[in-house]
Amino acid sequence: MIRDEETLNQLLDTLRRFVRERLVPSEQHVAEEDRIPDDILQEMKAMGLFGLSIPEAYGGLGLTMEEEALVAMEIGRTSPAFRSIFGTNNGIGSQGILIDGTEAQKQKYIPRLATGELISSFCLTEPDVGSDAGSLRTTAIRDGDHYVLNGTKRYITNGPEAGLFTVMARTDPDNKGAGGISAFIVEGDTPGLIRGKPDHKMGQKGAHTCDIIFDNCRVPAENIIGGREGVGFKTAMKVLDRGRLHISAVCVGVAERLLADALHFAMERVQFGKPVAEHQLIQALLADSKAESYAGRCMVLDAARQKDEGVNVSTLASCTKLFCSEMVGRVADRAVQIHGGAGYMAEYAVERFYRDVRLFRIYEGTSQIQQLVIARNMIREAQ
Amino acid sequence: MKVLVAVKRVIDYNVKVRVKPDNTGVDLANVKMAMNPFCEIAVEEAVRLKEKGVATEIVVVSIGPKAAQEQIRTALALGADRGIHIETDEEVQSLQAAKLLKAVVDKEEPKLVILGKQSIDTDNNQTGQMLAALAGMPQGTFASEVVVDGDKVNVTREVDGGLVTVQLNLPAVVTTDLRLNEPRYASLPNIMKAKKKPLDTQSPADLGVDLTPRLTTLKVEAPQTRKAGIKVGSVEELVDKLKNEAKVI
Ligand SMILES: Cc1cc2nc3c(=O)[nH]c(=O)nc-3n(C[C@H](O)[C@H](O)[C@H](O)COP(=O)(O)OP(=O)(O)OC[C@H]3O[C@@H](n4cnc5c(N)ncnc54)[C@H](O)[C@@H]3O)c2cc1C
Ligand SMILES: Cc1cc2nc3c(=O)[nH]c(=O)nc-3n(C[C@H](O)[C@H](O)[C@H](O)COP(=O)(O)OP(=O)(O)OC[C@H]3O[C@@H](n4cnc5c(N)ncnc54)[C@H](O)[C@@H]3O)c2cc1C
Repeated sequence: MIRDEETLNQLLDTLRRFVRERLVPSEQHVAEEDRIPDDILQEMKAMGLFGLSIPEAYGGLGLTMEEEALVAMEIGRTSPAFRSIFGTNNGIGSQGILIDGTEAQKQKYIPRLATGELISSFCLTEPDVGSDAGSLRTTAIRDGDHYVLNGTKRYITNGPEAGLFTVMARTDPDNKGAGGISAFIVEGDTPGLIRGKPDHKMGQKGAHTCDIIFDNCRVPAENIIGGREGVGFKTAMKVLDRGRLHISAVCVGVAERLLADALHFAMERVQFGKPVAEHQLIQALLADSKAESYAGRCMVLDAARQKDEGVNVSTLASCTKLFCSEMVGRVADRAVQIHGGAGYMAEYAVERFYRDVRLFRIYEGTSQIQQLVIARNMIREAQ
Repeated sequence: MKVLVAVKRVIDYNVKVRVKPDNTGVDLANVKMAMNPFCEIAVEEAVRLKEKGVATEIVVVSIGPKAAQEQIRTALALGADRGIHIETDEEVQSLQAAKLLKAVVDKEEPKLVILGKQSIDTDNNQTGQMLAALAGMPQGTFASEVVVDGDKVNVTREVDGGLVTVQLNLPAVVTTDLRLNEPRYASLPNIMKAKKKPLDTQSPADLGVDLTPRLTTLKVEAPQTRKAGIKVGSVEELVDKLKNEAKVI
């Protein structure tokens, strides 16, 4: 749903320009240094990128799903590392509190998430718990007016820089399923919250993950999201569709960028007496990538509109995430191929993007998990 | 102090401009439009003056079709307080623009008027000068620095030989050059808030200005495509070619 076409276009125009003039020129530098420079981070905060999905009443933009998807597509046209730093604040980092949090929790944290003053992380995955998230082992045991958290969380995006963590932990040890899990808001300087060393990732350099270890970490009882036990997992599930569509939109943006780079290269590079873009086999690579990224764009926008209308888009969001993340992998592979030997070299952005996009098929639910969700929903609806 | 800033809607600087097949003008169908870059610098300068506490109100004015309101909204998002849109679908030449702006100046009585030195569509570089003449105000064109000092403004100008600084009595007209400042990006929340700032629409007739063009465009042609250059073997050869072939020295 687009509420006001003119304002949205202005927003997208401004963002497109910011991406082109500020972010794209520093992509390479960010990758080499494995760090987003402070001035760019400040500009991203000033732009309002940390509060895209946060309601205006709390200082954000309150974008609808369709609007957010269009914004994410623009952001996708540069290194995904930039998006990573504000991704959580727009996703589970704020949405969990917004959907199920108490008013006091909202007032305390959401405005600072919207400005980016606080960067947030979401802690679900553990060393022995990934796709089967409902079986997580981190415990939170009530002790007076606190909960005591123990356990290790793995691959936590923004772990090194976050000031606020949404942590999923088991409050009911007797309930081994999802119903025993609660969600906690944990401030970054809480004693007993220990950050591991940053992981050495394949791509998306500049974005960081690390282990977050809870060692008798005492969290005030009022920090349980929603004010009661056992609803945490459901809270996380409510945010899934939004996150999946957001990631899908980023995949579409990256695919469009890769295709633009590949087309540009193919029109310049001459072999056998003409630009390689004029060889039919290269045209096939270009055309397939164009058709697929367009399909992805249409899927994202259709699912986003339906979500805005209040339709349950669980199946559609999984279809979209599955298709778009796999699609951008194929587009990246073709972009490297079109570049020939140059595509294997770090001077060309396609080499970096080829590694960056590999992640999209793994987090926010692996491709296999999306397939399971889709098929199970289909069967359930047919029963 | 009230500052009036004029902004123009032009073809976006990233667009590859194409001449219409019948050579009557530039093809504007479905072409992306944006605020003239020199006008962006003008808005930025006004906003900085406001941030310094020198300016108290920034009024932004644009002449053009209904869609020019987009550029006014952009200026409002950047920090201007209110907008005036002089709506017309007619071609507006520099003198007519200057007359319209003069009418706005008479009404608003700003202390400082900031314009771009030229717009990247027609590159006329004369609206600011004409406005200053019509309004009887001093002018500081091609500004690379603007310092308001009491009831005066010191304008450092970029001229062929270097820099020259002039002192003008306020009210005055300033036109911006590229190096005056680096315009900021509007923040996304401010873009949303700009929607709520006042924007007043007027017609050229309301302001008593006749838009009949003084100039007639006979023909618009694309510049000749550049021919490939050549490499010369020595300085002597270069000098010889410049003298005898190009005949420029
Ligand atoms: C860079 C990065 C950032 C991350 N950020 C975060 C974060 O911020 N917060 C967070 O909580 N987590 C984060 N994660 C973790 C991520 O969500 C998990 O890696 C993902 O859910 C997969 O879990 P896993 O790695 O344990 O793989 P596993 O679940 O062990 O999966 C291994 C393989 O088995 C397949 N598989 C698993 N179950 C089934 C099944 N039932 N049927 C068929 N195939 C199956 C999977 O598809 C996969 O191919 C991040 C991961 C990475 C790499
Ligand atoms: C790590 C590495 C090591 C290397 N080592 C060596 C080495 O030791 N010695 C050496 O000599 N070279 C070496 N090379 C170069 C390598 O052999 C070339 O990169 C390769 O032959 C492709 O040439 P190119 O990069 O110029 O791409 P191009 O030939 O420019 O090709 C660009 C794209 O156009 C396609 N294309 C070209 N012509 C046509 C056509 N007629 N129809 C359809 N598509 C076409 C290509 O398939 C490719 O997709 C190395 C390259 C790399 C990356």
